[in-house]
Amino acid sequence: MAQARDLEQAAAERILVLDGAMGTMIQTHKPDEATYRGDRFVDWAQDVGGNNELLSLTQPDMIRDIHAAFLDAGADILCTNTFGANAISQADYGMVHLSAEMNAASVAIAREAIEQAGLDRPAWVAGAIGPTNQTASISPDVNDPGHRGVTFDQLADAYGEAARALVEAGADIILVETIFDTLNAKAALYAIDSLRDAGLAVPPIMISGTITDRSGRTLTGQTPEAFWVSVRHARPFSVGLNCALGAAEMRAHVRTLSGVADTRVSAYPNAGLPNDMGGYDEQPRETADHIGEWARAGLVNIVGGCCGTTPDHIAAIAKAVAGQRPRKIPAPVRRMRLSGLEMFEAAGADEGEAA
Amino acid sequence: MSSVSRFINIGERTNVTGSAKFKKLIMAGDYAAALDVARSQVENGAQIIDVNMDEGLLDSKEAMVTFLNLIAAEPDISRVPVMIDSSKFDVIEAGLKCVQGRCVVNSISLKEGEDAFLEQARIVRRHGAAVVVMAFDEGGQAETAQHKFDICKRSHDLLVDKAGFEPWDIIFDPNIFAVATGIEEHNDYANAFFDATRMIKDAMPDCHVSGGLSNVSFSFRGNDAVREAMHSAFLYHAIPLGMDMAIVNAGQITVYDDIPDELRDHVEDVLFNRRPDATDRLLAIADKYRNTGEAAKKEDPKWRELPVEKRLEHALVHGITDFVVDDTEECRQRAEKPLDVIEGPLMDGMNVVGDLFGAGKMFLPQVVKSARVMKAAVAHLLPYMEEEKKRSGDTSAKGRVLMATVKGDVHDIGKNIVGVVLQCNNYDVVDMGVMVPTEDIIAKAVEEKVDIVGLSGLITPSLDRMVDVAAEMTRAGLNLPLLIGGATTSKKHTALRIAPEYDHGVVHVDDASKAVGVVSSLLSKTKAPVFLDQVRAEQGRLREGRAASDDRKTTPIAEARENAFDGGWDSYSPPAPQTPGLTVIDDWTAADLVPFIDWSPFFWTWEMRKTYPAILDDPAMGAPARELYDAAQAMLGRIVDEHWFTPRGVVALWPANRDGDDIIVWDDEARTTERDRFCMLRQQGTKSKDRASMCLSDFVAPKGIPDWIGGFAVNAGPEVHDLAERFKAEGNDYDAIMVQALGDRLAEAFAEALHHRVRRTLWGYAADEALSNEDLIAERYRGIRPAPGYPASPDHTEKRRLFDMLDAPRHAGLKLTESCAMWPSSAVSGLYFAHPGAAYFGVGRLGADQVADYAARKGMDLAEMERWLSPNLGYTPGRTPAAVRAAE
Repeated sequence: MAQARDLEQAAAERILVLDGAMGTMIQTHKPDEATYRGDRFVDWAQDVGGNNELLSLTQPDMIRDIHAAFLDAGADILCTNTFGANAISQADYGMVHLSAEMNAASVAIAREAIEQAGLDRPAWVAGAIGPTNQTASISPDVNDPGHRGVTFDQLADAYGEAARALVEAGADIILVETIFDTLNAKAALYAIDSLRDAGLAVPPIMISGTITDRSGRTLTGQTPEAFWVSVRHARPFSVGLNCALGAAEMRAHVRTLSGVADTRVSAYPNAGLPNDMGGYDEQPRETADHIGEWARAGLVNIVGGCCGTTPDHIAAIAKAVAGQRPRKIPAPVRRMRLSGLEMFEAAGADEGEAA
Repeated sequence: MSSVSRFINIGERTNVTGSAKFKKLIMAGDYAAALDVARSQVENGAQIIDVNMDEGLLDSKEAMVTFLNLIAAEPDISRVPVMIDSSKFDVIEAGLKCVQGRCVVNSISLKEGEDAFLEQARIVRRHGAAVVVMAFDEGGQAETAQHKFDICKRSHDLLVDKAGFEPWDIIFDPNIFAVATGIEEHNDYANAFFDATRMIKDAMPDCHVSGGLSNVSFSFRGNDAVREAMHSAFLYHAIPLGMDMAIVNAGQITVYDDIPDELRDHVEDVLFNRRPDATDRLLAIADKYRNTGEAAKKEDPKWRELPVEKRLEHALVHGITDFVVDDTEECRQRAEKPLDVIEGPLMDGMNVVGDLFGAGKMFLPQVVKSARVMKAAVAHLLPYMEEEKKRSGDTSAKGRVLMATVKGDVHDIGKNIVGVVLQCNNYDVVDMGVMVPTEDIIAKAVEEKVDIVGLSGLITPSLDRMVDVAAEMTRAGLNLPLLIGGATTSKKHTALRIAPEYDHGVVHVDDASKAVGVVSSLLSKTKAPVFLDQVRAEQGRLREGRAASDDRKTTPIAEARENAFDGGWDSYSPPAPQTPGLTVIDDWTAADLVPFIDWSPFFWTWEMRKTYPAILDDPAMGAPARELYDAAQAMLGRIVDEHWFTPRGVVALWPANRDGDDIIVWDDEARTTERDRFCMLRQQGTKSKDRASMCLSDFVAPKGIPDWIGGFAVNAGPEVHDLAERFKAEGNDYDAIMVQALGDRLAEAFAEALHHRVRRTLWGYAADEALSNEDLIAERYRGIRPAPGYPASPDHTEKRRLFDMLDAPRHAGLKLTESCAMWPSSAVSGLYFAHPGAAYFGVGRLGADQVADYAARKGMDLAEMERWLSPNLGYTPGRTPAAVRAAE
């Protein structure tokens, strides 16, 4: 695929910039229930306010304008408005049957935004796959720790449907993001790999986990190293972290990941930690200062913003990393690595008998 | 240490086919107790836990899913990877869907042909797991080494070529079968495993070899002592052949050295099939050992009759906690201070454990048990130590030390001991525990306002982590000293890798007993600078003494030259020598040199790696060190009194100037005719922004500013060699080594004494210098005397030029061998540089560009030059075409 080769080449030459927060930008339009419904779902039996992915069907112009603003700010990669466009998340709105359509429409909108922008540089569409609102590794019932609210197979089905729609609509990248439970992500990766059985050409995969608190672990308790070991079999284009923390808190974990990952590293933090009102106060220059330093320290290949980041943030980030060398991808690790909550590494053939 | 990194223990107790107890719990649905079994395995050192639910009366799939889901909720279990073990692939697949971590599947095989094998392999691959492959094909389980190997090779090729596996994610299980069954065909089964293991590792070095250990001793069920002996002997012999994993019950192995000789010989006869009656002979003696197994050792009252120190050692080696508190208490009552118990019998016992472990005769799970015993003993002593501290009335903290075992490492015995020792000496200790991330260490150091940061680690990767902490401390702008300790750490690694990352003192502490001395030196305003200077000097020497080898990128030479050391020639006028030209030294005697001897390297020659004079009072080696020192003094007395040696030396000071990386030596002060030139090499390693890429020529002024260099060669005496030969001929090796060691020391002392004279009179730029021998040893003077062939100028062939210019054969009785070694060998030669900024450094790795340029400057064939410089080449010669190299 020419597109994939271009992407690899661009990533070898410079640090690529992802866009910022779709949700934050949608909120600036202050959509009400009627906006979400548009003409098509005027009579829908359930409330659909807050179903952001639905806006790809009902308010395509709004979504396209948001993409355009990020492109204008300097984003190289647009993430589609599909974070919750899967059968499991859409069940809340009774819109399970629309998830494939949402994915396809969202890819088309992002592609249009790129074409209309008339850029003198390439830009790519990353089909975003969120974590769903279920977790495969934790029981919803504290008194029954062996119970599960969702199974691997249910997740794989939902992810598979969304991924197929993204791939068929021509997404340049599949982005499995905001992973708080690695088993969910493994189901997604399993489903994506299974698309190959049906003869689909799977584009490069980006994987991005979430460290939820200062413990430095995912919600399901894995360290960043263990997380990487658990998803490495997908041979992803990149692995990284997004959301939950601001850049200042995220740095240590990005550095850890950068130390173990034999692929590209991505990072798109929130605009700081949320304030008392759940908003984000970090100014573009502050976020960009952090990320610029990561670039100088050779930690990252792909950067961007998550919750609270606006086109101004992305413009500042793009400026901060312009001309900086991307992190050098380490040589592949020729050792068996396994993981529980922590990484386990066996000695390799190259290591001598005596330590 | 090899067992840590190379051998992986897989816990086998959560296996219904192998553990009757576990099976009973699962059949009864008592999952809470079943989880305890898993937990205790991890606590006992299992690095992976094997889970198997293959039982006819059980819904295996459901049991697997239930158990794995429950494990996920137990962080102390789920921190390690899971091996999903079943003969039914649907059970394996169901298990894979429950685990977020990266698992191992145990197992798949060619039993049902290639198609089924590949289908299963691809599913495993899609789930991202590593895989165990049994040596089993359409014809059955392989019994001979060749058949085992053939199946493994065939499986390997299919997995790698057709299923997308990487070789290091493949684990072969070449079938451990029972031996000594009475059936003759079984006699060679252990040999077949050993041979197959070697063949597999030869052909597929990246793959792993594992096996279920308990099978081998199946015919001795009920006789644990024999079984344990068989297991330990099997591992002891299979691991060096390449077996790097095993499913092991930690309770079913013993310490290899502990196996009685007779039993071990008979067991090994059976394993190696060394004689036809091996089985009968083992059976004949088996009963005699029936009640001597590990379990019995705990019961056996006999060890309780040993002296208390030996009892503690026994308890530590065998992981028996039952009596440790009583025994520790007994020692405490006898000891002057509670701390003496730790530093005495307990540490002695742990050293025995460490030795056995290092020799592959104890295995990690056993060591973990030993650690537990140690902790129990230390815990018992703690209150007494607190009390003692109070009683001594000295309660004001002398300083605050942060201690942490670095991220990725869980070993903390050493750190805990150091912590205890420091607390006993009234230091505040902030112990962050194990697995502490770099960022947390730095944040805590700032928050707690500590005075010193101490890092500990036992496993090899911790070394890199320590480098990382040092680098991040620099980034965070900290200026506290950093202590490095733990089993894999070393002075050398500290000097080479950690110290360069951090400028405020990085000190390696070999053992707990040294910690107090180091900490008190570091916290003393007067002692700290001196102490740190000494540490830095030693680290500098270690860095120089290292042969750089690994292939790493080098800075282009042009770029390195731009980053040369700035001699500040605008503001500095080089001093002219008082006595230019050649001076022959032939009137010095050994007596003149003795005061300049640096004794530490003398002890190092004898493998006693401590520094003088502290070594004489060293608790462990003080006595032998004194004995050696007395013997040395006695011989030195004879050397002096009986004039055994006739030292000779020559020194010359020449007008010189720098030309690029060369140093021109002029015929005379007119500085118009070149007499010769020394060619120097420049550092090409990566430099942080404020460090120059050093080259010795940088210490010499460019043309236009008069400057000088010196050269010297000294010889302790041609007699050294002859005397050594004579002693050897008399069968007196001790004195032969002694006379050589003293000859070498006197040659070094000669060089030191001569340098001293050069500085004060011959060159005279430091006429007022008044330094003690300690200061001389610490090189606390201006100017350096680097030797060709040593780190700052690694090209030995420059010695030829130096010897010519000094006419060393005539003036010093020295010649060079064809490999440029000096003869007689108790000799030192080198160049003198007087620039105030002159310092020792290691040139390190050289790029192809510089080597080509250097060979051209010297008029030497490139290939020959590369041979001389091979320890320093940062590239593989011949790989890059010369034309490309020249263009770089």
